[in-house]
Amino acid sequence: MAAMTREETEALIQEVLEVYPEKAKNDRAKHLAVNDQSLEKANKCITSNRKSLPGVMTIRGCAYAGSKGVVWGPIKDMIHISHGPVGCGQYSRAGRRNYYVGTTGVNTFGTMNFTSDFQEKDIVFGGDKKLAKLIDEIEVLFPLNKGISIQSECPIGLIGDDIEAVAKVKKKEHGKTIVPVRCEGFRGVSQSLGHHIANDAIRDWVLENRDGDESFPTTPYDVAVIGDYNIGGDAWSSRTLLEEMGLRVVAQWSGDGTIAEIEKTPKVKLNLIHCYRSMNYIARHMEEKYSIPWIEYNFFGPTKIAESLRRIASHFDETIQAGAERVIERYKIEYEAVIAKYKPRLQGKRVMLYVGGLRPRHVIGAYEDLGMEVVGTGYEFAHNDDYDRTIKEMGNATLLYDDVTGYEFEEFVKKVQPDLVGSGIKEKYIFQKMGVPFRQMHSWDYSGPYHGYDGFAIFARDMDMTINNPCWKNFKAPWKTEAASDAVKAVA
Amino acid sequence: MALRQCAIYGKGGIGKSTTTQNLVAGLAELGKKVMIVGCDPKADSTRLILHAKAQNSIMQMAADAGSVEDLELEDVLKVGYRDIKCVESGGPEPGVGCAGRGVITAINFLEEEGAYDEDLDFVFYDVLGDVVCGGFAMPIRENKAQEIYIVCSGEMMAMYAANNIAKGIVKYANSGGVRLAGLICNSRQTAREDELIMELANKLGTHMIHFVPRDNVVQRAEIRRMTVIEYEPQAKQAQEYRDLANKIIHNKNLVIPTPITMDELEELLMEFGVMEEVDESIVGKTAAAEATA
Repeated sequence: MAAMTREETEALIQEVLEVYPEKAKNDRAKHLAVNDQSLEKANKCITSNRKSLPGVMTIRGCAYAGSKGVVWGPIKDMIHISHGPVGCGQYSRAGRRNYYVGTTGVNTFGTMNFTSDFQEKDIVFGGDKKLAKLIDEIEVLFPLNKGISIQSECPIGLIGDDIEAVAKVKKKEHGKTIVPVRCEGFRGVSQSLGHHIANDAIRDWVLENRDGDESFPTTPYDVAVIGDYNIGGDAWSSRTLLEEMGLRVVAQWSGDGTIAEIEKTPKVKLNLIHCYRSMNYIARHMEEKYSIPWIEYNFFGPTKIAESLRRIASHFDETIQAGAERVIERYKIEYEAVIAKYKPRLQGKRVMLYVGGLRPRHVIGAYEDLGMEVVGTGYEFAHNDDYDRTIKEMGNATLLYDDVTGYEFEEFVKKVQPDLVGSGIKEKYIFQKMGVPFRQMHSWDYSGPYHGYDGFAIFARDMDMTINNPCWKNFKAPWKTEAASDAVKAVA
Repeated sequence: MALRQCAIYGKGGIGKSTTTQNLVAGLAELGKKVMIVGCDPKADSTRLILHAKAQNSIMQMAADAGSVEDLELEDVLKVGYRDIKCVESGGPEPGVGCAGRGVITAINFLEEEGAYDEDLDFVFYDVLGDVVCGGFAMPIRENKAQEIYIVCSGEMMAMYAANNIAKGIVKYANSGGVRLAGLICNSRQTAREDELIMELANKLGTHMIHFVPRDNVVQRAEIRRMTVIEYEPQAKQAQEYRDLANKIIHNKNLVIPTPITMDELEELLMEFGVMEEVDESIVGKTAAAEATA
């Protein structure tokens, strides 16, 4: 199918909107747009970070998911208590595949679920006493934990549990960092507010722990990786590149990260932001308070990696700049071989994406390196500044959809007929049943890493084995093939 | 006679629990079988019937046992003066947890355990101060209390609360069939109090079912953790509560209330001299500002 014109894309949006009642149609119309690269600001064409409509199937998560699941959960040597009924913690346990090194249950706790398991009586009489007891028990059973965060589920905000008071008392008693996080699920319109709340909690309860302490020996090449959650090992395949070019990675936020790293981050020279949406808040804070500059980078696909390495190096001296060139050169044989192998198999394939707050724009370059084209993209919980950054990455007249509904997404895919859809687990089986090749772009479909040069090789292989999988040729039932229906007609 | 479920609402401290227990004692004297359900974390709705400090509440016992499913009805239901059945929903100490959820849990428990048996003539819910959240509206939801009695007096805030409660009843009147059954004036001996409450009742579309005069015998009985009817059956005040009980038995005046606006309420209060006309020119002026003016 040839690329759609601006008029065709606009007509498609109108057609999809047609089923909605008037009020819903007006609202949803603001979230669907045809990309126009000439625009400087996204707010001219798309509205984002607004409440989802009741009755539609939104794909979004909640503030608790943003705080516990995304920002805090990967800090491996802390214990994160899901404070409230058992479900929130249990159903989100280990689901994001934040890899880490350590002995689970001894000095790392990433894949475990700690919960106060609220019962009726805890709602009525308050959960603060239970929380205090739970913290004491954690200290006995898991003495090597380096701190505790209290992640509020919805009922905590409803009954007004004073988790700050418990945290302060227990912090004093146990001499450890204990952080209350007010990330009740009903707050905000999506998981995005949860990221912000989590950032603020780090700012208020952790970041200044080593202010005035100069005992940590620094170098001129200290950086922190911010907003890499090490999904399938992403942060590891990123970190090696930074180290090979001569930088010292002091902290990983927060994939495979520790509280000690977070505490040392105010000592670095430059903050490197991968997931801008979930951690720009803390980067801006460190810029303001500690005068640490920050830059965004993109480690998906060789084109963006090379651009990013050079941009990062430009903030340092010649040794680092030479280091960046050396790294790009060293991996050239590898990534050129990957492209040589997979590009002929993927050339011209069209992709539609719908992911969280970063990947809908960040992975575009990696697809383009393989000769593929992203013809539609959208975010669950982006803000306007994310769409500002997206407009330039996407081709003209491509589709943009914010907080897309289940119905809209299905209709768009039916009409645009992409060769691949990249989204989440809830979307996966719907599109596969429609016969459309699908990759999970939150969890890398249990694969990864996709970051860095090492990740690119895996990314290319995964896209190839999904799109060119022989199963799609056998998708039609035998009695529905043309030959079969001809045979039926002949018999008749 | 079919079971009648009644709820008593009113401003905090107005005398809901005392009035409820005395009138229930009156009903029991007339041979009615009654249950009192205390819906207040303080759990002081049954002490005059049980001669107790505070009855063990459903929520407290549930917390001690592990969960409400671990309780049996006989654990929570106590029988007092003239076989009046008593339960307290209970709840947290002030400032923690969710008392409203406690009321919901407790009433659900009573229903599931069959506390509302067919022999009962009346259930009275004694509910804390104001309908602050969904939990405290539990007694007036569908298939619960159909008759609401509001205890009030001639004081401004008591009447203000009564009007607010009437607003809450309107909301549930449409969904659940609850009706306002009357105002009980628990006298504070303010001027023309009976007339004032009758006029308020009139405006709300209901009636003042009874005027309970003030009498120190109530306090004397209370010190002994007894109702007046039990402590001094011959007292004039005991007869007042018997009259109230009788009127409730025969009460057919059930209405969807017509709550009034704040302005209307103020007008009424000014008419009776409870409130003075507001001088708009002094609103928001500090003492210092007035002195220099």
